[in-house]
Amino acid sequence: MDELEKIEADDRVYSLNLGPQHPSTHGVLRILLDLDGEYIVKCDPVIGYGHRGHEKMGENRQYKQFLPNTSRMDYLSGLLYNHGFVLAVEKLAGIKVPERAKYIRVIASELNRISSHLLWFGTYLLDIGGITPFLYAFDDREHILDTLDTITGSRLTYSYCRFGGVTRDIDSKFIDMTRAFLKRMESRWADYEALVSKNVIFIHRTRDVGVIDVNLARQYGVTGPNLRACGVAFDVRRSEPYEVYDRFDFEIPTGTRGDALDRYDVRFREMQQSCRIIEQALEQLPEGEFLTPKVPQKLSPPKGEVYTAFESARGLTAYYLVSDGSPAPYRCHIRVPSFGNLNVLNDVLPGTMVADAIAILGSIDVVIPEIDR
Amino acid sequence: MSEGLLGSELFRLILGLVIVIAFSQLNALFLVWLERKVSGHIQLRPGPMEVGPHGLLQTIADGVKLIGKELILPLKADKKLFFLAPVLVFTPVLVGFLVLPFSPGLIIHDMNVGVLLVFAFSTITVLAILTGGWASNNKYALLGAVRSVAQNVAYEIPLLLAVLSVVLMVHSLSFSHIVESQKTVWFIFLQPLAGLIYLIAATAETNRAPFDIPEAESELVAGFHTEYSGMGFGLFFLAEYTNMFLVCAVATSLFFGGWNGLFGFSFGIPGVFWFLLKTYLLIFVIMWVRWTFPRVRFDQLMNFSWKVLIPLSIVNLLITAVVVKII
Repeated sequence: MDELEKIEADDRVYSLNLGPQHPSTHGVLRILLDLDGEYIVKCDPVIGYGHRGHEKMGENRQYKQFLPNTSRMDYLSGLLYNHGFVLAVEKLAGIKVPERAKYIRVIASELNRISSHLLWFGTYLLDIGGITPFLYAFDDREHILDTLDTITGSRLTYSYCRFGGVTRDIDSKFIDMTRAFLKRMESRWADYEALVSKNVIFIHRTRDVGVIDVNLARQYGVTGPNLRACGVAFDVRRSEPYEVYDRFDFEIPTGTRGDALDRYDVRFREMQQSCRIIEQALEQLPEGEFLTPKVPQKLSPPKGEVYTAFESARGLTAYYLVSDGSPAPYRCHIRVPSFGNLNVLNDVLPGTMVADAIAILGSIDVVIPEIDR
Repeated sequence: MSEGLLGSELFRLILGLVIVIAFSQLNALFLVWLERKVSGHIQLRPGPMEVGPHGLLQTIADGVKLIGKELILPLKADKKLFFLAPVLVFTPVLVGFLVLPFSPGLIIHDMNVGVLLVFAFSTITVLAILTGGWASNNKYALLGAVRSVAQNVAYEIPLLLAVLSVVLMVHSLSFSHIVESQKTVWFIFLQPLAGLIYLIAATAETNRAPFDIPEAESELVAGFHTEYSGMGFGLFFLAEYTNMFLVCAVATSLFFGGWNGLFGFSFGIPGVFWFLLKTYLLIFVIMWVRWTFPRVRFDQLMNFSWKVLIPLSIVNLLITAVVVKII
């Protein structure tokens, strides 16, 4: 640090305002960089450009009315957020969910997770300078969006889950489309591996770049694929299984070095694991109700509080709801993974180059509206 | 009198320059279209389709649009240098065309130092980029300009060393001599390493991906031409493609037999078509590379040049010199 301070005292250091309008800050993130030539001396992420007051909105409307908001925080894995919120409310109000609905939710959630990771895969390569994988990833993602469109009616900001089930049952068309997608991806993984994962330039750009060690990750509360890349096999789906995740056989991919390449690798293998989960869920899918009919229109849960964690595409996400017995929660707090994941940049970026900064920021996969919410 | 004027060297040069300007512009427009088509087909999409057959007129429409755009001068920018840079980037490229050997009779000015002339003038492009980046009063532009200078200094050396190996074999700096001595065997078969080094260095020299770090859009927004709008940007853009044609045409003449056919057989195809065919094939390869690979990092690029390409090209040059001496 002494050396860095010495450079800082030198007037060679100048500041660069990366964002909020920059091709690689993905949304409205602004990073204040102090640079010495191409090297970063200091990094300071500035957030809050996309603040919409979602938590406050949650506190002054009914539980049901807040549902559409949930998918607009992390718009890339909206269904997962939607899913998490109904989990919290069901726990708070003690609503029973039919088996079939649980399976449907898992299938839809995992599809959404793959689509989120695919988008990250494409944009990450775009950050590093490879433009073509972006279009291939979007082509694959298009199939997921079309598939989810048939049951949810939306393509990005889903509001599919309901307290006690889901809005619509899945049909044979959806199942066929999902199976076709899984089949299609089998050969695509091999393509991506050959063209991207094994590309010399790609490996040189990401290996040993932006290393986050376990302690640093713990200090900043880094979760999700970023934490798993450090070698910690922590996944809410495994550590506190919700819905029916304990019935599936899937691995938790982990890395060893905690660098950008490991984070890439973990996300890449996670997509394949999600495919495995969907496959098993489709096989085990029970018959029955998809929505509990007994849930009242105006839900007033008993007094109490609930904390429900779930694994979104970016890490541990949680809803903390306090009910005072009225139709609206007294407090609605959302724990978002991107906040911790982004702030780890403060410690990781200094000493790297501008090109690395982009590669590291991309590898961390932040969604800014989720931080600002 | 009129015959004397028509036959005079001055007239030939002026006529040549007019043809060069017309050809290089049309060619650049065509290459922009080709790049968009190539990238489109690589990326599961058709590319431009609307204007003209298969979007062939798209770049002309874009050019007309660019001419109509406002030229924005950033606050506190150096006005003279800012507007000089796009002009400066184009002129050296045009000079290079004067000595290109399209076919035995189609060389505007066959100089005996033609090779030297092309590389001497192509260096000026860097100066233009530096001027543009500096005058823009923008940190991204300046970073891009600085990167560009460092990159070009590093890559001129292996580029020239690779060319020198060919020059040693022919004992001439004239393009027509070099091409003529490849009548049966192209130099790429005798000098594969030099050819490879030339192509890599030329890609870096023209700021093409994976060495497009001066304009790296995901890092530096648009690099040295971030602040340029309208035709200012248009000239930089066209110069990139003209430059690409130039380095590929030089590669064709130096390593791929220029106007000569395959192993002495021309299959009745005129030399100029052989020349253009080979040049466009090389351009296609460079485009293919761009749309396949990610971008290398600045320091990795410099390391690659100073630690791999330069030693390799020096060794190649020494071996060539020894072999030429023995034979």
